[in-house]
Amino acid sequence: MGQRTCLYDWHVAHGARMVDFGGWDMPVQYSTIIEEHTAVRTACGMFDVSHMGRLSFGGPDTLALIQKIQTNNAATMKDMQVRYGLVCNDQGGIRDDVLVYRWPYGFAMVVNASNREKIVGWIKETKGTLYVEMQDQTLTTCMIAVQGPKSAELVRGLTEADPSKLAYYYAAPTRYAGNNCVVSRTGYTGEDGFEFMVGAKFGVQLWEELLKRGAKPCGLGARDTLRLEAAMPLYGHELGEDIDPFQAGLGWAVKLDKGDFRGKDALLRRQKDATLPRRVGLELEGKRIAREGAKVRRLVPSPLAGRGVGGAQDVGTVTSGTFAPTLNKTIAMAYVQPSVSQPGTQCQVDIRGSETAAKVVPLPFYKRAK
Amino acid sequence: MIPKNLRYATTHEWASLDGDVCTVGITQFAVEQLTDVVYVELKPAGTKLKAGERFGEIESVKAVSDLYAPVEGELVAVNDAVVKDPGAVSGDPYTKGWMVKIKVAAGTKLDALLSPEQYEQQIATQGH
Repeated sequence: MGQRTCLYDWHVAHGARMVDFGGWDMPVQYSTIIEEHTAVRTACGMFDVSHMGRLSFGGPDTLALIQKIQTNNAATMKDMQVRYGLVCNDQGGIRDDVLVYRWPYGFAMVVNASNREKIVGWIKETKGTLYVEMQDQTLTTCMIAVQGPKSAELVRGLTEADPSKLAYYYAAPTRYAGNNCVVSRTGYTGEDGFEFMVGAKFGVQLWEELLKRGAKPCGLGARDTLRLEAAMPLYGHELGEDIDPFQAGLGWAVKLDKGDFRGKDALLRRQKDATLPRRVGLELEGKRIAREGAKVRRLVPSPLAGRGVGGAQDVGTVTSGTFAPTLNKTIAMAYVQPSVSQPGTQCQVDIRGSETAAKVVPLPFYKRAK
Repeated sequence: MIPKNLRYATTHEWASLDGDVCTVGITQFAVEQLTDVVYVELKPAGTKLKAGERFGEIESVKAVSDLYAPVEGELVAVNDAVVKDPGAVSGDPYTKGWMVKIKVAAGTKLDALLSPEQYEQQIATQGH
């Protein structure tokens, strides 16, 4: 049995199918993945994301530690701003992807559920003699994501600081029903949306109030198809200890000129390495889904002129694939050799033994109209 | 929920014998587990199958599963309607959503398959 969020009993009582995810028993779906996916694209859905790790930092050296631990520049963040960054190992590989929150009195960080303990250990090791107090608030709090074009309307006035007034990637420490709460305009679906963090005791109350306001409960199944359409990487699939941020297309979140941080020396070298595989999007013919691990191949001409195709050469590997409900297309993300990474490049994907035609397309697959 | 006139494989196919032709599909339980079926592939008529051999695959947003022949015989018909519209399997798995017809040797019985009661017991231990 895995760990349970404060909403576990609610999910089970309301017919959710539960699966293990990063050591947590989480709902994969309540109705169907496509129905939940569509709710988020067209109206408003909500997700229990309490399994995500929530770390809070205070003390005089906090900024120095946040700078050292992740690749983005926290020094240029305004109070209440949220920024995406990567925690890298000393070889420049990605240990986790995180959101950093800057408060007037400190910082907070949201990390992946499956990496929480690893990152907590890494932070303690990196901290050395810096004077920083870190608190892991994951188990005492609850986190709910409200996502979709109608979410701003739906959360209006829900907390003391009106969430619908927040700018994108900003947060507010505020109160919900008289208790401490943090709300941010962030998410993992490619839609406008909000994430609420409240004490675990108030999780069910907030969830049910959102339900009453019209948010549809959605599980990790829809979360995966939504993030895939929006081409957001998922740790353990597109991101890992052997992949650097440049390969992943996340170089924009690496600020090599901000001063020293873990992985910087290696990243300076890897940034210039043009031989490493790159993350790309693939659009596939037909309805069969290319799952993680499927080989990407490229037909190579025969060495004898005029003899057509000489064979197929492995040029990469699929990291995630799905049927994209909004686009009605079969899509995948993959790491491929740089020579194959240009949009428009034709290739083949080996789906359980049969070659399927595919082409490299620009990311994201889906972008919301603003 | 579980039709009493059918026999079941542990791999969630149902079978119905009429003379020497056995009609095969997948169960409501299997459909509910898969959800969001996007693709069905069936081997062509004429294919000879042993019991337990793969006769096709069904793919949902979440996962892909092989389909297994509950009996030995020759594929004599496939349901093109479910290949064209995989949603038909989820909508009506026991009638419109049938998948293949297998011609079996004379005298074949479905005794080796699960009874409705046995199948019900199996899914009770798997269900949510």
